[in-house]
Amino acid sequence: MPKKKSPPITEAWRGITFTRRALVVGGAQAAVGVALAARMAYISVVDNDRYVLESESNRVNLTLVPPRRGWIVDRSGKALANNRVSLRIDIIPDRLHNKELVLGQLQTLLRLDGDTMERINRDLKAASGFQPVAIKEDMTEAEYSSILVRLPELPGIAPQRGFARNYPTGAAVGHLIGYVGAPNAEEYQKAKDPLYITPGYKIGKDGLEKYFQDMLKGQPGARRVEVTARGKVVRDLSTQPDVQGKTVHLTIDADLQEFVARRMGRESGAAVVIDCQNGDILSFVSMPSFDPNSFSDGISSSEYAWLRADDHQPLINKATRGLYPPGSTLKPMAAIAAVEHGVDPSERHTCVGGYRLGSRFFRCLGTHGSLDMPSAIMKSCNSYFYWLAHRLGYDAMAPTARLLGLGEEYQLAGSNQRFGTIPDSAWKMKKYDQEWSASDSLNAVIGQGYVLANPLQLAVMAARIASGRRLYPRLINREFKNEPLPFSPEALAVARQGMDLVVNGAGTAVRSRLPLDGITMAGKTGTAQVRGLGTGNGKSGTWKFRDHGLFIGFAPVVNPRYATAVVIEHGMGGSRAAAPVAKDFMTFLFDREKAMEALETFEAGWGGTIKERMDRDYAAWKAGASKPDPELAQ
Amino acid sequence: MIPVPPAIQRIPWKLIAILAGITGFGLLVLYSAAGGNWSPWALNQGVRFLVFLTAALVIGRFPIRIFEDFAYIAYIGILILLIAVELLGFVGGGSQRWLNLGFMNLQPSELMKVAIVIALARFYAQLPPGNTRTFTALWPALVMIGFPAALVMLQPDLGTALAICIGGVVVMFVAGLPFWWFGSTAVAGLAALPILFSFLHDYQQKRVLIFLDPESDPLGAGYHISQSKIAIGSGGIGGKGFLNGSQSHLDYLPEGHTDFIFATMAEEWGLIGGLALLFGFFLLLRWSTRVALKARTRFGQLTAAGLTMTIFFYIAINLMMVMGLAPVVGIPLPLFSYGGSSMLTIMTCVGIMLAIENDSKTGTRRFH
Repeated sequence: MPKKKSPPITEAWRGITFTRRALVVGGAQAAVGVALAARMAYISVVDNDRYVLESESNRVNLTLVPPRRGWIVDRSGKALANNRVSLRIDIIPDRLHNKELVLGQLQTLLRLDGDTMERINRDLKAASGFQPVAIKEDMTEAEYSSILVRLPELPGIAPQRGFARNYPTGAAVGHLIGYVGAPNAEEYQKAKDPLYITPGYKIGKDGLEKYFQDMLKGQPGARRVEVTARGKVVRDLSTQPDVQGKTVHLTIDADLQEFVARRMGRESGAAVVIDCQNGDILSFVSMPSFDPNSFSDGISSSEYAWLRADDHQPLINKATRGLYPPGSTLKPMAAIAAVEHGVDPSERHTCVGGYRLGSRFFRCLGTHGSLDMPSAIMKSCNSYFYWLAHRLGYDAMAPTARLLGLGEEYQLAGSNQRFGTIPDSAWKMKKYDQEWSASDSLNAVIGQGYVLANPLQLAVMAARIASGRRLYPRLINREFKNEPLPFSPEALAVARQGMDLVVNGAGTAVRSRLPLDGITMAGKTGTAQVRGLGTGNGKSGTWKFRDHGLFIGFAPVVNPRYATAVVIEHGMGGSRAAAPVAKDFMTFLFDREKAMEALETFEAGWGGTIKERMDRDYAAWKAGASKPDPELAQ
Repeated sequence: MIPVPPAIQRIPWKLIAILAGITGFGLLVLYSAAGGNWSPWALNQGVRFLVFLTAALVIGRFPIRIFEDFAYIAYIGILILLIAVELLGFVGGGSQRWLNLGFMNLQPSELMKVAIVIALARFYAQLPPGNTRTFTALWPALVMIGFPAALVMLQPDLGTALAICIGGVVVMFVAGLPFWWFGSTAVAGLAALPILFSFLHDYQQKRVLIFLDPESDPLGAGYHISQSKIAIGSGGIGGKGFLNGSQSHLDYLPEGHTDFIFATMAEEWGLIGGLALLFGFFLLLRWSTRVALKARTRFGQLTAAGLTMTIFFYIAINLMMVMGLAPVVGIPLPLFSYGGSSMLTIMTCVGIMLAIENDSKTGTRRFH
């Protein structure tokens, strides 16, 4: 300790020191007090504006009210997609402080299964900040109120009374309408619209829902409410109502659409019906399908896995995305091309069970004897058309095929088309750098080889043959010129006559004659080989290697009104699988009761309506049981 | 003129008015914080105030010698209680700060704030004047402060540990210990801050870091400070009006009736209410400082000065905390915040100082 001269320490000195130091302490305290007063004045006067704003933004919560989506209706105004009231709850991740506790409570209260919990946890991980995560939609009043009363113990939970998309006919319109869903992070980044992160807001994700998104979306309402820190609404301050989206009118006939979908049964395939007068698509079905209601409610991962695992590919729209060798359905087209190139339709060719081209013998399915052109169509004689193709070359036929709509991509709302191939020599040279050969022509004329078409194109071809006009398919009221095709009336007449005979003469589809008085259907069956020519017979064995069954047709034969194409994958032949389906829905267009009777008999055999069967299959799949063998269902 | 009876004259009416003014204002704020209800807080607090005020007036009648005589015994007794609490917490698994006495929970650390001041005052009152600048004047005091402060830190209760240290250090300062001791300790302490910081618990470190940058975590631990500043700032000069504070009524302000009651008040009463409250505390501290300056004995002087600092420390740290000038340490605002422990401490301080004041009115000044 440093020694220094200090005054002697006395009691008096201590007293003075005390007073002096007490005053120092008191002075310091006073200084702190003044500093505190200054600080408070600074916060409450200088920064007042800023804090008033922050206090207001705390207190007032501006919630966007998702607009009601516009309806999608059929040609007579019947709803294909509408809205229903939906009670829902969501989690706001940023307000969720005790995740385990809250989720545990919800699980017990709402009896959420493991699947749902897994989805919620996944969504919570992916969600950012205030982007809500759906817990449950379409709750019952009882469930909803059980959450409402416990709201104070469940911070981060946002209950809402809103609207949900509803598809009355479910899976029947899956591929036609598409579905809606909550926007994902990417879509939000792109749109930068706060509505996109509002609970309950859905955007079109696929099909027409996506294509007509701008028309259907409407304008959001707004609701200013006073909320507590836990998100509980204290009172409404003001509300601005939403504006519902516009209605989209389709050319579809809802009843026919549902009938066709149901009539497809357990098969995998597509069917399109077109109005021969104007190209209106009356029915646009691809089965099996998914239930768009499931997607719109946020599909569970196991249901999605179930759909993906199905070898009938319910997630693919086969009407525009499925490409098939059209098989013999191209024969009426070949006939038109031949007549246009000067072949006399009454000229006869004798079928000896095949056609010899150089050293190769191209087989026919029968030995048909002497045939003219209409009867060659009726019998679907390959020899006759091999003979034509060899004589004319396929370069003479390809332009006719294209005029009839094959190989073309249409301007069609909401569809994603694969438009296939109509080959010719230039195409082959470009693609394979090889000369076109006569055997290529022979394969192409019977719709095999390089030829590929989707069911919509086949339906358009049928409609064009039936009407003689260049019809374009449409789902909404879009104007096309639909000018007459540059074919002679005789050429078209031969094709139509051949198709008439197929069903009503001694053809391949006589069993699919319409059970109606005075109304007949014309058609053409087709069988497309899945395996290469000559490997297996395609009539039995593993489902995946069986032949596709195709059918195109129109009715009535005189003054055609409706044209159609049906493709049944691995149906083992057009007359066996596809034509009977067309027969029933064509019947439906003229006599609903009769057709419904037939359908109900079928459905009894298949095990119920589409929904009943899907529910049962899904339950069986979840239970680990294998999918029922499609063979048993046929 | 009606002659006022001496018994009534002896009652410190001015002091009672100051205390009742501050507490009464607090009751209004508690009434509002409960959404316009006397329960659960305001009525409780009012009754408690009356009980403690009566107790303080009774303590004020005690002769000052009693405090001096029992200073060490009280200090040691409370130190034992602190150890007991620590052991109980150890046995019970986790930290514990209070003893359950059946009718109330006793926090020994609260009592220690008073006991340390009295015990040190006794020590320096007995110390011969000639030893004031020697080592003998230093080490016993450091030991007496160090033990309880360390025990309270273990609880862990940073705020109370600091209060104990400050109370003790101020007694040492006014006792006349060499000035440069304090100066060099302060410098050394500043230099050692990073080391001390590393001794803090994780959540305490986090509080300090967030205090330095509250906006870094507005929804997490910085939430308290942010919301408190919003409440005070949005009150403006005149406030939003009685019962109209949205921050407190909508639960944005955490602890709006205890530690952050000043923010609740400021939101509804504005700067005017804040300055009025500060003025009330100024009057209280002016009274207690005067008691210290006028005290008749050295023990009285040192005690009053130390207790004044203890009360001031509560007020200053709490206000700095709610205005974002100090980390969140969990110290209530004396007489204003809802809660028994802090009111008990403050009223004990007031009672002892009343006794000192009464003592100074009776006899001649003497310093042993």
